[in-house]
Amino acid sequence: MTDRPRIARRRSAATLRWLRRSPLVTAGGLVILLYMLAAITAPLLAPHSPLAQLLERRLGPPQPGYPLGLDQLGRDILSRVLFGARLSLLVGLVVVAVAGLLGTTVGVVAGFAGGRIDNVLMRITDVFFAFPSLILAMAIAAALGPSLINTMVAIAVVTWPVYARLSRAQTLVLRRQEFIEAARALGASDARVIARHILPNALSPLIVQASFNMGEAILIAAGLSFIGFGAQPPTPEWGVMISEGRDYITTQWWVPTFPGLAILLAVTGFNLAGDGLRDLLDPRLRRAG
Amino acid sequence: MSRYILGRIASTGLVLVGVSALTFFIAHVVPGDPVLVALGEHAREDQIQAYRRAYGLDRPVVVQYVIYMGRLLRGDLGVSIRTRRPVAVDLRQFLPATVELGTAAWLVAMMLGIPAGILSAIFKDRAFDHLSRIAALIGASMPVFWLGLLLLGNFYFRLHWFPGPGRLDITIDAPPARTGLLLVDALLSADPIAWGNALRHLILPGLTLGLFSTAVVARMTRSAMLEVLYQDYIRTARAKGLSAWRVHLWHALRNAMIPTLTIIGISFGNLLSGAVLTETVFAWPGLGRYATTSAVSLDFPAVVGVTLVAAVIYTLVNLIVDLIYARLDPRVRYD
Repeated sequence: MTDRPRIARRRSAATLRWLRRSPLVTAGGLVILLYMLAAITAPLLAPHSPLAQLLERRLGPPQPGYPLGLDQLGRDILSRVLFGARLSLLVGLVVVAVAGLLGTTVGVVAGFAGGRIDNVLMRITDVFFAFPSLILAMAIAAALGPSLINTMVAIAVVTWPVYARLSRAQTLVLRRQEFIEAARALGASDARVIARHILPNALSPLIVQASFNMGEAILIAAGLSFIGFGAQPPTPEWGVMISEGRDYITTQWWVPTFPGLAILLAVTGFNLAGDGLRDLLDPRLRRAG
Repeated sequence: MSRYILGRIASTGLVLVGVSALTFFIAHVVPGDPVLVALGEHAREDQIQAYRRAYGLDRPVVVQYVIYMGRLLRGDLGVSIRTRRPVAVDLRQFLPATVELGTAAWLVAMMLGIPAGILSAIFKDRAFDHLSRIAALIGASMPVFWLGLLLLGNFYFRLHWFPGPGRLDITIDAPPARTGLLLVDALLSADPIAWGNALRHLILPGLTLGLFSTAVVARMTRSAMLEVLYQDYIRTARAKGLSAWRVHLWHALRNAMIPTLTIIGISFGNLLSGAVLTETVFAWPGLGRYATTSAVSLDFPAVVGVTLVAAVIYTLVNLIVDLIYARLDPRVRYD
């Protein structure tokens, strides 16, 4: 018992040392932190309303008061980019929650039950893997009708199978472990074994996937909005902003450039964090990677 | 081995049946009323009834699915609402442009991604490795449509280094269509001007679409190389006194390429997804642009047709990749 705090301290010290040695992961974490702060405090940080139009100054370049310039309707690009962060964060979180929950449930049930149930569930997963993600998401979004909520549903539908495969693989390894047998021998029900013993131990790769999935969801949502699905104008959404500003790429470069940079930064942050977490949670990779 | 091949083909068949079921579900069950989607809100009652009867929509869903499957097997994907032509005919017309673009992007990914991954692994934790990893990370995080806009804006509008959107300049006559692939058709009709122009048109969209896959291929090659470089037989090869290049390229790369092969299959799906956005930005008359214009005008048979065909192509490419993989790595077994 006395060793536990010491081990925990040693572990967290090692983690801190590792974080210091990995500036990219720290950078990723910082980007995500800044992005989340921007999203949460957008109404306070934004100098103007994201919808307010100043038509006489439309397409104005970056200037005091409008540091990222004004768009084709005279709206402040900085304010729109900040509010766009809220939408993309919302999409990312909802997608990760829905896809993560659905995929993990399917994967754990398949891995735990085995046999025919496993077979059927995994074949269903294979079917979803057979579609290029954006194309399937577009078909679903088209069937449901263009809206932000439908975009989230469509992206969750195309991204849940990864969670299913990961959690099934983890469950298959874990269910043969001795501590699971011990829990069973003590009379624990299947539900209890899954909830208390399998899920907590299967979480690492799922957390890594959640980080990548956030980035992926932001990219797909922006792509869908760009081609006319997802959020609709005048919503301050990054994909919509690039789509509306595409004609000004050479003359007023700031209109489509800053929303694109925002997407790039946010997605890079999540991908960096995903890479770092994977290395952190999988000690084998620390040496090789 | 033959057991593996048979098992893999059988599971592919099963997946394709599932793919058809899912597209049927999206086309017939998800929209509130597929008839309204097909005919529009202002259709007359007799038109609606005729459509229902013609497409078996007045029958139970299972029967409808069987009818749908029967039509699919005959290559009937329905009629496009927008172009008023059979979807299959449309797809045949637009597929070659996407094949050409996808091949260009794939070549970009292989030619940049594999060398970058190898050098990154050999020079692990040195400047090149750091730079290449950062580049790969940014490449994998880049919104394709934004990159396309930036390239088009700078290299076409501003600098005039490359031609603008489309597959050919409007001043140049297209070679007679034999394969639909402009580069091949121009070669077949010995037309160097059209060939050169088509090639120049292909560069910007090819780079745009290829960048994401380049990043994925570079990362995969790097980690596969690193895995191999720590194996005993590499140490043996080094101990024998073989030159570093011989060890890296002859012993290590050959084995590192096997896992990289699977990524080629998987990144094909990314190429198809990316093609939707790239073709939209570059006004490239391929499947992706057909899909988006159809989707925007709620041309449902067309959207579902593209989705189905994309899934079938993607599944078959992965089947071929897996079979090659099994051939190269005899340890692969079907479980």
